[in-house]
Formats: sequence, C-alpha cells, structure tokens
Amino acid sequence: MARLNTPEELLTFRQEILSRRDPNNPCISICAGAGCVASGADEVIEAFGREIEKQGLAATVTTKGTGCPGFCERGPVVVIYPEEICYLQVKAEDVPEIIEKTIKEKKVIDRLLFEDPATGEKAVKESDISFYKAQERTVLCNNIKIDSKSIDDYISLGGYSALAKALGGMSDLEVLEEVKKSNLRGRGGAGFPAGRKWEGSRNAPEPIKYVIVNADEGDPGAFMDRALLEGNPHSILEGLIIGGYAIASHEGYFYVRQEYPLAVENIHLAIKQAEAYGLLGENILGSGFDFKVVVHQGAGAFVCGESTALMTSLEGRAGEPRPKYVRSNIKGLWNRPSVLNNVETWANVPLIINKGADWFTSVGTDSSKGTKIFSLVGKITNTGLVEVPMGMSLRDIIYKIGGGIPEGKKFKAVQTGGPSGGCIPENLLDLQVGFDELTKAGSMMGSGGMIVMDEDTCMVDVARYFINFLTDESCGKCVPCREGLRQMHRILTNITRGKGKKGDIEILEELSETAVEASLCALGKSAPNPFLSTLKYFRDEYEAHINENRCPALSCKELIAFCIDPEKCTACGMCRKKCPVEAIDGEKKIIHIIDQEKCTRCGTCFEVCPAKFGAVTKISGEPVPDPVPEGERTITKKSRKESK
Amino acid sequence: MEIDKIDQIIDKHNGEASSLLQIMLDIQSENSWLPKEALGRVSEKLNVPLNRIQHIATFYKAFSLVPKGRHKVHICVGTACHVRGATRILDTVEEATGIKPGETDLDMKFSLETVNCLGCCALGPVMEVNGKVHGKMSPVKTSQALKTYE
Repeated sequence: MARLNTPEELLTFRQEILSRRDPNNPCISICAGAGCVASGADEVIEAFGREIEKQGLAATVTTKGTGCPGFCERGPVVVIYPEEICYLQVKAEDVPEIIEKTIKEKKVIDRLLFEDPATGEKAVKESDISFYKAQERTVLCNNIKIDSKSIDDYISLGGYSALAKALGGMSDLEVLEEVKKSNLRGRGGAGFPAGRKWEGSRNAPEPIKYVIVNADEGDPGAFMDRALLEGNPHSILEGLIIGGYAIASHEGYFYVRQEYPLAVENIHLAIKQAEAYGLLGENILGSGFDFKVVVHQGAGAFVCGESTALMTSLEGRAGEPRPKYVRSNIKGLWNRPSVLNNVETWANVPLIINKGADWFTSVGTDSSKGTKIFSLVGKITNTGLVEVPMGMSLRDIIYKIGGGIPEGKKFKAVQTGGPSGGCIPENLLDLQVGFDELTKAGSMMGSGGMIVMDEDTCMVDVARYFINFLTDESCGKCVPCREGLRQMHRILTNITRGKGKKGDIEILEELSETAVEASLCALGKSAPNPFLSTLKYFRDEYEAHINENRCPALSCKELIAFCIDPEKCTACGMCRKKCPVEAIDGEKKIIHIIDQEKCTRCGTCFEVCPAKFGAVTKISGEPVPDPVPEGERTITKKSRKESK
Repeated sequence: MEIDKIDQIIDKHNGEASSLLQIMLDIQSENSWLPKEALGRVSEKLNVPLNRIQHIATFYKAFSLVPKGRHKVHICVGTACHVRGATRILDTVEEATGIKPGETDLDMKFSLETVNCLGCCALGPVMEVNGKVHGKMSPVKTSQALKTYE
C-alpha cells in the first residue's frame, strides 16, 4: 500500500475499500475483548474459521475478532451483519448451526437471542437489547464493527477523516478553539477542561512539546480504556495526532500498563499501519506536519496514573509524583510542556473535529458535556461497559441498563471514581452523573468505574479494602499518605475484626483530614474518600461493628458464625461433603452440627444447603446456639411431625 | 540468563538510560524474574547506578527479584471481585498451597500473586492460572481447579 499524500487520497482510498466489499455479504463479528475471551471467545472464533472453510464459504463470508461491545455479562458476543443479528453466550458447538441456519438459510436462531427478563421478549438486533437501548454510544459504538487489527476497517467507517479535516482545512489554532468550545473535560479523573490544558502548553515558550496518552488504567473494576485500546486503537491515535497538531507538538507517547498485553500489541500495530499509510511520521497527508509516537509500558504502579508520576516513569525512573507549583502542561516530561490526557478523552477528539463542538455540547449537563463510558460491575445483573450521556441518573444506569441487583437482593450503594472515589447510598440514586454532581455527593467521576453493592456488602470492609489498596500503592514519598494510610488501615482492620474501640472513628477522621490537607498528590489527597463517604452514609455500620461486635451485612469473617437449624436440617449431607475443612459432623438421618472451632467461615455450607431446606444460617452479634444434645440428633419421621 | 541475551535487549532500546524500565520489563518477560547478574549488566551497560535499578525493581509491582514457580496463580482482588467474595478464593488458595501472595512454594510448583483487576468483572471472582482465566469461582471450584495442575 502506497502512502496517502493528500486528504483527497484518503477519501479515494476509503471509497476503494468500500467498493471492494459487498455490503450484502455476511460479516460475522465476534468480540475478542478480555471478558469474552475469558468466556471462550477464542474457541468460537476458531470454530467459525473451521466451519467456513469446511463449507467453502470463505469467498463470501468474512469473520473478524473485534473489540469489546460492552455486554460482558452475556459473552461471547457474536453480531452478524448486515442484518445485525446479535447472538449471546455463543459456544463453539453452536457455530455449525449458526452457519447452517443463519448464514445459509437466513434464519434466526431463537435460543441464542437476548431474552428480556421482564417481558420475556426476544431481541434480534443488538440495538433492541434493553442493555443497549438506553445507552448513547458514540465512542464505543464502532468497537464491534472493527477488526481491531485492521486500519482499513477503521478508515472504511470514516476513520482519519477528522485528521484529514484538521490538517487539510483548519489551522492549528482553529482545532484548539474547537476543542475549547466543546468544553471536553478530561475523562481520567479530575475532569480538567482539555482545551485549557492544551492552550497552556501551546502558549508555553519552550519549542519542544509533548502529547501523551494516559493508558495506565489502574482503577480496579474499571476497564473502559482497555476496551478502546484493544478494540479501536486508531481512534485514540487519531485524537493524539490532532492534539499534537493543535499544540505544535511533534512527539507523542502512549503510556500503557503492562498488564494489558493485547492493548500494547494492538497499539504497536496501529502505529505501524498508520506510518505505512502516511498518517503518522513525516509530512502527514502532505500537510507538512510531522509527528511520531512512542509506546512505553508501565510496570504495575497505580500512582503512575497521576500525571507527574507518569512523566517521571516515562523518563525511566521510579514513578513518584512531584509538587505541582508549575503544572505539567508547562513543565512536564523532561521539563517541557506536556499535554497528558486519558484514553477516552483522546478518543473523543476526532468526533469533536468531525461533528463540531456544537454537536458535542448538545449532549450532557451544564458543566459536563458529551457521553461517558462507565464500567458497571459488582452485584449487578448486566455487568459490562455502558456509554451514557452525561446527566443520566444513577438509577437509570443501574436499573434500566444494568438490570438491577441479581438474586432479588437489595441495593445498598454504588461506588464510583475508583479507589479514591466514594460510595453513594440509595437515597441519592436520582443523582445525575457529571463531574461536579458526583463530587458534591462526596464521590467523584474518576475514570468511570461503577461498582454496585448489595445488602451482603459490608461498608466498613469496603473502606478497609480501598484504604488497603491505597496503602499498598502509595509511593511513600510524603508522610501523611505513607504513614497516615497505614494507620487508617490498621484501625479499619481492627474494626472489621471486632477489635474496634470507642474513639476509633474520631482518630480515623483526624488522620483523614491530615491526608487530605497535607499530601503531595491527588492519590493521598483523595485517599480518605472511601472512608469519609462510607462514614457519612453508613455510620450505623461502623457503630454496630465497634459497639456490638456485629457486622450488619453478615460479611466480616471474624464477626459471623454459621450454624445449622436442627429443625430444618434433613441430614442430606450436602454441607458435610462440601466443607473444605471437615468441620461438619453428621451422617445419614443424624442432624448435622458445625464445629465452630474448626470452621473457617468460608460460607460453602451456606451456599450448598439446598434452598428448599435453608437450614444453614449466618449470624452476627449474638451467641451461637448450643448444639442439639447427642441423644436428640436422630431424625425420625415421628420426631419431625412432633416438632411441627 | 545469558549475557548475550541481555545485551540484545539493551541494544534493542538503543542503550538509552530513559528506556531502563522497558529494558527491565523485557528481561522480566524473557526470564520471568530479574536475576542479580542481569541487573548488574544493565547497570554497567547503561551507566546507571545499581541502587537506582534496585529502586525501580522494588517500586514497580511487575518486577520480581526471586524465581517464579511453574504455575503462576493470579487472584483478582479488584473491587468487583472483592464484593463478590475474592477474599474467600484467596483464602482457599493460601490454604491449598501453603503460600501467601508474593511467595513461591518450595517445590517451585505454584507462585501466588494478587492482581488489581483482570478486566473480566462479569466472571468475578476470578482466578487466573498461567494466563487461563477461571471465572465465577467458589472455594470448592478453586481447590478442584488447583488439583488439575501438576
């Protein structure tokens, strides 16, 4: 393939790709994202390849492994074009049938379709599925349509046309103005307006400047950046090149976490392809603008998601943050102006250039524009990635899209903003999602993790979990974070173990205040958030742990006990057989008893006891009832009747 | 690890001191851990003091200064897995293997690590062994799965 030398050549090339393809020929898209691969997508892709070969359909039917379309709960996801038939939870065994019926006979296979749990209605098209219906997918929508390893696929859908538009018809200042006007705010956490950040760098006197993609997505339970990096790497790259043009930078960096090997691979490939087409490198599309991109891998440090720490790490040193008296867009990497934006932010840039700032600002709230991708996980029926307009209520996201809490449990809280975010209780569920709205509620937008918790989740334990995470990830440079968090973790652990004391809450509050006021970087400053927000909304749970040695969620191991109700036990032996530590005594027709000394409180007996008996119970804050005396343990039909 | 191999890796990155992290990552993925001699060689070739290399090796989680076992067990303790009971899975693995996160058993059979998120939250709690994901784990399923590794 020759270089594309002008924006017109890109257009012609796109027409050429499209004319080579017959839109009526079937195309099978199979999600090859991490979630679906874990559910067996690789075998499905292989099976499709084999079957198509066997049936001699290779000339007319194409298959592609694509990025994540978001519906991880029902993976592996397969979408068949042009009809857009969406099959869920597809197994390799289903493949011959799909080829036979759907591809050859054009018939839909009912059992692989999505069935609405409420109405029982089947949805044939992807867009008819309730999970997708309420979403507004502008950034994520191409993931399922693009072979993540093919630049031609991206170009065929209009890829790099924003770059052509910017380089061909807009001055660098116009590009900057458009982004400023769109009020695009950083999707990585703090929500700083991207245009203002760019402007600062552009106006800085130093001639060498950098643009950087922050792809060090470290928040546990958040994987939207990964979906974009793996599924649609060119969209991020295109945004980055446009950003480089706007601020007159000629060098860009991808800082990708090493835990995402597929993302690293796809980004490398995307860069190589773009270079071959003349969309990257010297004299891009004949405009005279030069730009090169380098990929750096992180090595597993959460703090490197912080801008100054990331830049230190790029320089090949330990990623410790520095004070920001001078912002990194003025003095960043190698002390030069550096614009650092998150993956999703960059991916929004081509859309803004193509469709205009007015289109972008038509969606969203007053202060937060556009859409945002959330990773909806935890105790939720439909786990997955959802892209919604800013301003949608949490309730709609959790119930309309997420399908509510599984197993008929009760909603307790939703945690947003990653480890430094906070928990939002049920009475605030009508809150609109947006940067400022979430901050006001004591949480934050963060990168977009949304972890749903039900009645079985202990909020003290959640706070302990996050503080533990942050203690581990603290770089250790400044005292309030390094030592303060350690002490907070110690106290919270004590509370969850039933060793809480009066006054613990006050000490925790004091330590929080110090960390918020005196830490150097955002990690330390926001670290007490999980504690402060759970205390604000779930103080009663803290008090129950400390004052009554009781865990209201029946979750903290040291504060609960399992016991068997002798009235309900039928001596089926299920729990005895499954107990990993042989703590359950009993035999046929003998009521089972748990040896509290041996019991590790793993909860296996509670789970395996058949629901119709429900004999195993969890208790907390009360003494374990005395076991049934030896003489009364035999179950006879008579004794059952009597007891009733 | 052979010196030639290390030199090759260093050359690939043009011997630049700023690529130190990338060089160490490459050595680690080649050898699964960072032997002292390898770090010494890197220090010499890049003209970077060994203590700075040690700083990096201990600062970043991806690096290991001790050898790894035949089977690498990763327990996801990301938030989604945590609320779905990852602690119980970790407890089960610790019980079955006799090692804690970061450790390798004496037979060099298992190495245990916790990871912050594997990105397959729909399948939580998740255990990954040698790159293969085992989803929707329970204590019982976990001990059964571990038995299949020799």
